[in-house]
Amino acid sequence: MKHRYLPLTKQDEAAMLNAVGADSIERLFADIPASVRFQGVLPMSSAHDEPSLLKHMRDLSGRNADADRFASFLGAGIYDHHIPVVIQHVISRSEFYTAYTPYQPEISQGELQAIFEFQSYICELTGLPVANASMYDGATALAEAAALASGASRRKRIVVSRTVHPEAREILRTSARGLGLEVTEVGFLDGVTDLEALEAAIDESTAAVLVQTPNFFGCLENVRAIEPLIHSRGGLLVVSVNPLSLGLLEAPGKLGADVVVGDAQPLGIPMSLGGPTCGFFAVTEALMRKIPGRIVGQTADRDGKRGFVLTLQAREQHIRREKATSNICSNQALLALCASVYMSVMGKQGMQEVARLNLNKAHYAAGRFPAGTKVFGAPFFNEFVLKLPEGATVKELNARLLGAGYIGGYDLGAAYPELAGHVLVAVTERRTKEEIDGFVREWEAWL
Amino acid sequence: MKPEKALIFELSRPGRIAYSLPECDVPEVDPSAVIPVGHLRSEPAALPEVYEVDVIRHYTELSRRNFGVDNGFYPLGSCTMKYNPKINEDVAKFPGFAKIHPYQPEESIQGALEMLYTLQNDLAALTGMDQVTLQPAAGAHGEWTGLMLIRAYHESRGEGRTKVIVPDSSHGTNPASATVAGFETVTLPSDARGMVDLEALRQAVGPDTAALMLTNPNTLGLFEERIEDIARIVHDAGGLLYYDGANSNAIMGIARPGDMGFDVVHLNLHKTMSTPHGGGGPGAGPVGVKSKLAPFLPKPVVGLHPDGTFYWDEDRPQSIGRVKSFYGNFGILVRAYAYIRTYGPEGLRRVSEIAVLNANYMMHRLAPYFDVPYPGVCKHEFVLSGKNLKSAYGVRTLDVAKRLLDFGYHPPTVYFPLNVEECIMIEPTETESKETLDAFIDAMIQIAGEAASDPQLVLNAPYTTAVKRLDEATAARKPVLNCSC
Repeated sequence: MKHRYLPLTKQDEAAMLNAVGADSIERLFADIPASVRFQGVLPMSSAHDEPSLLKHMRDLSGRNADADRFASFLGAGIYDHHIPVVIQHVISRSEFYTAYTPYQPEISQGELQAIFEFQSYICELTGLPVANASMYDGATALAEAAALASGASRRKRIVVSRTVHPEAREILRTSARGLGLEVTEVGFLDGVTDLEALEAAIDESTAAVLVQTPNFFGCLENVRAIEPLIHSRGGLLVVSVNPLSLGLLEAPGKLGADVVVGDAQPLGIPMSLGGPTCGFFAVTEALMRKIPGRIVGQTADRDGKRGFVLTLQAREQHIRREKATSNICSNQALLALCASVYMSVMGKQGMQEVARLNLNKAHYAAGRFPAGTKVFGAPFFNEFVLKLPEGATVKELNARLLGAGYIGGYDLGAAYPELAGHVLVAVTERRTKEEIDGFVREWEAWL
Repeated sequence: MKPEKALIFELSRPGRIAYSLPECDVPEVDPSAVIPVGHLRSEPAALPEVYEVDVIRHYTELSRRNFGVDNGFYPLGSCTMKYNPKINEDVAKFPGFAKIHPYQPEESIQGALEMLYTLQNDLAALTGMDQVTLQPAAGAHGEWTGLMLIRAYHESRGEGRTKVIVPDSSHGTNPASATVAGFETVTLPSDARGMVDLEALRQAVGPDTAALMLTNPNTLGLFEERIEDIARIVHDAGGLLYYDGANSNAIMGIARPGDMGFDVVHLNLHKTMSTPHGGGGPGAGPVGVKSKLAPFLPKPVVGLHPDGTFYWDEDRPQSIGRVKSFYGNFGILVRAYAYIRTYGPEGLRRVSEIAVLNANYMMHRLAPYFDVPYPGVCKHEFVLSGKNLKSAYGVRTLDVAKRLLDFGYHPPTVYFPLNVEECIMIEPTETESKETLDAFIDAMIQIAGEAASDPQLVLNAPYTTAVKRLDEATAARKPVLNCSC
């Protein structure tokens, strides 16, 4: 068969088989016992030529309601932010996207420096001195933070607030089973972690407290008040953050967090049905040699010229094998690059401005709903919770909104049974006043 | 010699901007009126202030200091650095794929769900498995997921099996994944032919055996011919067989893990299915299982209603839970789906045939110049040992790798697997032409000659790269991990 990705000609094949001393390609598979050889043709659709594949993919893509055609008020961990156009141009440089992990530093200085700058950006945002090259996503980063805390403190209990993203808590529970950790969840009051319950849940066997701010309901947690509760018992404080909010909100490192994690999706990464995104992970100096994943460090070459290498590899699975505390091998380098380019584009001013825009739009939108609709009184950033009247369902509301060109909010009932009939609405800088007003009108008309 | 490259922070000049945001069209709020002062940032993050041209030139220059498959031959063993088709990149950027939210109503993402459903089935067919989860984000993540499934399976039968057996030639992630999944690791020595030692395996298995993890072909590029005996030994002891799919590029449409007796499989879509490695990620590591393990798969999986619509199947009471936010690395899954459609079943088989022919051709041509520890037929990759160059001329495998940089190649994988001295592991893939293979082979032969005639030339390489050999010891001893601007 001929194929545009396969260069082998009949002459090549003959010459190569001759060099090998085989009379056919089949002979090269003689070591596979006949009893396990696959006979027949794999049951899947046959090859598409390029035009028909494009058409097929356009058809599949066209059957999805995308955020170019619909105004999205859906957040809950993935956000419809503006993506500066230069990002796509940078990450489309195939020197970046077709490279492997930078194992050969002499020909990977571009990637290594980009990661070094990413680590520097994350340190700046979070207020902590050490960041890694990235994790799969924010939720798995949180689970890794729990593992790190357990290893560092030699304690087995993890206390997590129920205001942390429900999926992050599910992943935490899955991984805790593997690691033999005990996970205790603490409830909430008026949209934020119940501090009395939190204090009661912490004891001398608690490895860490895990909180998220802005939390899953969009509310800001009182990290200043939480910090002494865990540190007085000798455990670690792990804070998960929305990095875009850090243009406005205090760096968690300055509030006493030992580990700060989060998902970089708001920083220039497409929503893409939730993945791939990029988790970030920052720690205090004391935890530097316990951080999971790849880390890039600065050094010099034989001529004394500045250069960058993967470093502190003694922590990692390829060295430690079964003694490793994390099995992570890759990072999300290309998405870390997206986030880096985003922060380069936004810079010191833009990060503040985009955060302010989110604050303004969300507060404007929240104020447009009838009194009593918005349920929690805690301060919020760009998301808030609304309550539907008795008997109304979020599913029906969202179907109506979809028909009018809007993607509605997140139905809280599935993850929080006590919040059935409540919806989490996100308003980013991409939403115009006209869209917000239209969304509210459509909502009121349906009710 | 290229000059030192500035950090983006060093380009910063106060007052420059590279962003363009909309004017605020709603009434502005005073942050301190809605957020307690203690929550507000006391000083802005010290991000650089640059303009758009700085951004583009900075990253363009960084890209020129990087080497990808599009720059040249990348025979990195075990990593399957094949060509990353451009159509895959284009289709993943379609708004209906890139700009959809994971929590949108099912009726608004039917195209995406159909794609995922078909991909689940395609991967099940390819591996000979009954059901597939697309959630894991990478190979190591797939390993851990698979081991958690095995754990749940044994526990559901009231068996507390605690040990996972891995060969000494396995990827480092195998034992690390076993540890993170709560298992003890038992390392199995290879026999003289580089295969699983059946007698040692018989001794190792027992009532505490949860699973054997195996790549097949293994990391030496050899097919475990006695795979059926291996499966029988493990199954008879009540254990399960885990297939590390890192080497699947050798056997597509030719032999399926499910038919060899494996119970759980992960695939690296960023290897076998051509999705780009991205400089270290993102990847995707879907996991396939036999039906007896299907109830434990992470939720949700994509289901098909009788009326032809697709849905998220969340109703899986025995599921191990979630392993990744949302639905895995969807953007990577789109690329892999397009790749499979590009070839179809006959094409995928042809891919593996050529990958294996290319590897055998290279091994035969290099054999007169390098030590070949496991001669005979290899699969998609093979190993050489540089021990003779080291003992005769003091030139190590690392030096050969560095010298290859001067010839414009990415070096092979070196010092892995661990059971081969001064190991050089070469995987050409199917997308390289005979001319490319010949030129690389010639470079290797030339370097072997240089090692004999002028070892210093090799020991001091590379000469042509942006930087020379870097001081890795100091980097680890006195870490500088950010620019502290």
